[in-house]
This record gives sequence, structure tokens and C-alpha cells, in this order.
Amino acid sequence: MTDLPTDLTRATAAVLAEALASKTISSVELTQAHLDRIEAVDGAVHAYLHVDHEGALAAARGIDDRRSSREALGVLAGVPIAVKDVMATRGLPTTCGSKMLEGWIPPYDATVVTKLREAGLPILGKTNMDEFAMGSSTEHSAYGPSHNPWDLERIPGGSGGGSSSVLASFQSPLATGTDTGGSIRQPAAVTATVGTKPTYGGVSRYGLVALASSLDQAGPCGRTVLDTALLHAVMGGHDPMDSTSIDAPVPAVVEAARRADVKGLRIGVVKELGGEGYQAGVRSRFEESVQLLVDLGAEVVEVSCPNFEYALAAYYLILPSEASSNLAKFDAMRYGMRVLPEGVDAPSAEQVMSATRDAGFGPEVKRRIILGTYALSSGYYDAYYGSAQKVRTLIAQDFDAAFGQVDVLVSPTAPTTAFKLGDKLDDPMAMYLNDIATIPANLAGVPGMSLPSGLAEEDGLPVGFQILAPAMQDDRLYAVGAALEGALTDRWGGPILDGIPDLPSAGAAGSSNAKGA
Amino acid sequence: MSSLTRADVSHLAGLARIELSDAELDQMVGELGVIIESVAKVQQAPIGEVAPMSHPLPLTNVTRPDVVRPSLTPAQALSGAPASDQQRFSVPRILDEE
Repeated sequence: MTDLPTDLTRATAAVLAEALASKTISSVELTQAHLDRIEAVDGAVHAYLHVDHEGALAAARGIDDRRSSREALGVLAGVPIAVKDVMATRGLPTTCGSKMLEGWIPPYDATVVTKLREAGLPILGKTNMDEFAMGSSTEHSAYGPSHNPWDLERIPGGSGGGSSSVLASFQSPLATGTDTGGSIRQPAAVTATVGTKPTYGGVSRYGLVALASSLDQAGPCGRTVLDTALLHAVMGGHDPMDSTSIDAPVPAVVEAARRADVKGLRIGVVKELGGEGYQAGVRSRFEESVQLLVDLGAEVVEVSCPNFEYALAAYYLILPSEASSNLAKFDAMRYGMRVLPEGVDAPSAEQVMSATRDAGFGPEVKRRIILGTYALSSGYYDAYYGSAQKVRTLIAQDFDAAFGQVDVLVSPTAPTTAFKLGDKLDDPMAMYLNDIATIPANLAGVPGMSLPSGLAEEDGLPVGFQILAPAMQDDRLYAVGAALEGALTDRWGGPILDGIPDLPSAGAAGSSNAKGA
Repeated sequence: MSSLTRADVSHLAGLARIELSDAELDQMVGELGVIIESVAKVQQAPIGEVAPMSHPLPLTNVTRPDVVRPSLTPAQALSGAPASDQQRFSVPRILDEE
């Protein structure tokens, strides 16, 4: 068996799964270790919006009992997990980072959550996110931002910055995410963690609060490529409750991660995703990783995707258009907040709805809903939404042409390392540019992964390496990712997160006591 | 391409059922102007004869056998309602007075 560290929160999910299977540790012991870690550091990180002490321990006890009675259990049974607050969890608050859903307790589980429970993963809590997944920093969360464990003054990425910071601060070995334009991959990049956006339709969307239905995709987050693959295998698969779910087996991601082989593989470097606008340290870490893949036996060529330059513009028309429609359900009638307009006697439903949406939505959500309303309005539809849909076709064609030449595409995940909290909050376009390299995959529906490629020399902060594959070839991400991870870890002399600074630990007056409200 | 006026934004907010304050409107006019100018770049792409794409997968209607299966109880369905009465969602008046 691989070494089990004294501090269980430092172990990989794969190692923990082995230790649980051999009864070296119990799930209760492991879950309690993470709850203690949350208590100690989450006051500073603010990764969780809700922590479920009792529920997590009860689930852990259940798994330990079943293991004692020699029941056949899933590979990850007993390994705890953190769930992004966009996923409906029966009996646990689900806010999506919005005041609109403050205190909402769903009466049902998302399919992904059902799969986690069936696989025996105790749910530690719900992770912070930009409101309704709109943002790249968690600064648009109505409950305050999460902090990057590498530097608490900096963003942990977004929208899934709660899940990325949970992993980087060892508050859970695994987490779930959703990626509409980069919300799994960009947070992974800026925290030196791993995250995959599966092929569109590869993981059920049932029970996820929808942002943009043709772009949204749930996926796994971990600290290693293998851990992420193990979670991917649990989360993925066909779901009759989601009409866009792919009726095919989950690609062999775990086998690919264990194989970790790129010999003879053709890898394309996307010419348009790099160079100008990308930080020097991001570029040099990227080039170094590409050279490592060559050393491992891959054949690397440059590939052009000429229409990617229009992807950001198309995305910021398609996403707001779909979001303005999806978020119309927050009407103050069936669930969520209801606010009465001031100074109006016997207000109408329409007045109540308008007052509620003003009070319940934050500025970024309002901005995108109104932008989408504009893009869809008659007279502008063809010029904006219609043109964006045609650009989407061009981007899918660029991918088709590129994958005719190569097996996978690679690029930096994000143009910069983590910026300071507050730096881009007043400049929406600057914030949107963080997603420039991740958005094309969502528009075309192809899978993508980010894994750490090192620290930028100018600021010592993590840089992400992105791998993209053709639809339903998610396993290729893991074969390439695991091979690169192995080579980089050898070069570093250990996992990159071994070098993360220690966090201030809460003493007797730990502020994390406020959790669970 | 026309830039958005304050009146345009106010109208759009009304369509989107968001009651914006004056300060919010002022800020939104400037921000949306910058964003719209930027996203208008889609019109410069070579989209002449290109077919629009609404979805990454071919969409087909999905049905299931018409049999009863477990669903939410009335209490569960109403559990998140701001107000309810006699197993129903209770809502403000839906008609105008005239």
C-alpha cells in the first residue's frame, strides 16, 4: 500500500480509499479529521457555505458498518467530499451563492448527489461560488468571497472557488464542480488543483440550478489526476431525468489515469490560446510542460483554430440569453425570497416579482439577465444572439478540423495567475477575459481538464495546463494529464501542494463556529 | 450599432422584471455599453452562410412510459414556498385593477 500520511487530510483520495478498504482507518475517523481541519482553517479561507457535521458523520458510520459486515462497496466508499452549492441536496441548504435562495432546503437530491450518496461518500458540506455561477473569482457570492489558500489576499477562481479552495486547503480530498465557461478549470488552475469538465451530457444536469443549459456541465475536482478520474467515474453516466444525458458508458477515465501514457500521441498546441495577453510565467510553465510531453514520447505540433478569437464574444451573448430565460423561474411564488415593494398597497404579483428580483439578485446577475434580455429582443436578435450561434458553429468546426490532425489540444488554462481580491470587481470585461481559454470547449461541448504545471517565477503562484479532447474521449485527458503530472511531480520532488504556505489556524475563538447557519 | 440609453436599460429591466434603483440604472448603462461594444465582435466573424448552432448535441425528445412513479408530496412541494394555503401556493393578486 502507498504511504498513508499521519495527517489524513494530506492524503490523496486513492490512498485513502485503499486505507479504508484494508480497514487501516475508518470513515468516521477520516471524516472527523476533515471536520476538524474545516474548524481550524475555514474561518480564514471561507470555502464552505454550510458544513454538515452530523450528516457527514452519520454517513461515515453507515459506511463503516457496511464494511464491517463485508458488504461490497464502491472504490470511494467512506472518502468524504464537498459539494458545490449549485447542486440540490435533500435536507441541506442550497443557495447557489445567492440571497434569492437563502435558507432554501431542497426536497430532492440532484442525480450527481444521489450517485455520491450511493457510492458512500460522506458529504462534508456545500462550497461557495459566484452567484448562480456567474463569475471567475467568487467575489460575486452573496455570502462573501473565498480566499486562495496560496495567498489569502487573492481569488481562488470562480465560479467554483469554494471547491478549489477546499481542495488546496485540505478541507476535503474531493469536490464537485460545474463548468459553463471554465468554472471548474480556471479555479483549478489558480489553486494548483485538478478539475475536469466532461463531454457535454457526460454527467447529469438534473437537480443542478441551471445557468446556461446548452453550456452547463458538472464535473469532478481533486488534487491529483487519478483522484479526479475516480470521482469522474462515480459522477458520470446516463440519467433518464436529463434529456441531454448521453446514453453510453462513462469513458474509461480511471484506466487512462493509471496508464498515464502519451507515447505516439499527437498533441496540438492551440496557436490562438497563448502569446499576447498571457502572463510571462504562465507561458514559460506551459512551454516547459509541452517539452515534458515531447520527452515522454508525444508528437507535438501547432494547430490553428482561427475562430476562437470570437469565442468570448459569442459566449457572452449565448450565456446571458440562456441565463435570462433560466432565471425567470425566480418569481417569488414557489420557492426562494419574496419581497414586497415599499409604499405599495396590495401589490400585484408582477410588482412583487420585480421588487424581489431587485433585492435577491446581485449586480452581476442583474447585468447578465438584462444583457440577455437585450440580445434576445426583437430587432437585435439576429445581430447578437443569431450571430453568436453562427460563431458557435465555426468554433465547433475549428475543433473538428483540429481533431482531424491531433488526438488532444493543449493550452494554458487561464491567461494569468490568481489576481488580488477586488482588482477586477469593477470591470466586468476584465473579469470575463479570465475565461478566454476555457470557453471554446463549452461552446462545442468537448471535454477539458486543468492540472497544475508549476508556479510562475514572477509571483510564485500556480499556473494551470489545459487539455482538450474530442467529445466522448474524456479518457484521453486523463492519460495525458497523468503522464504530465508524473513527470512534473518527479521534477518538483513531490506534489506541488506540498509547497503551499501554512494557513493561520483558528484558536479558541475560531470564527468557523459561525458555520452551519 | 446603437448604444444603450438609460431609457433602454430601464425598459429592459422592466421586461426582465427587475426593479432597478436610479443608482443601479446609472451604473448599468455604462457597463452594458462596454460589454455590448465588445460582444458585437461576433458580427465581424466569417458567419455569412453558416448555420446557427443552439446546442452541442443533436436534441431528441425523451419520453418515459406513462406510469405513476414516486414524486414529491404536497408538503415537500410547498416546503420552499414563501406562502401557502390549503395545499396551494399563495400568491399576490395577479390582475390589475382596471
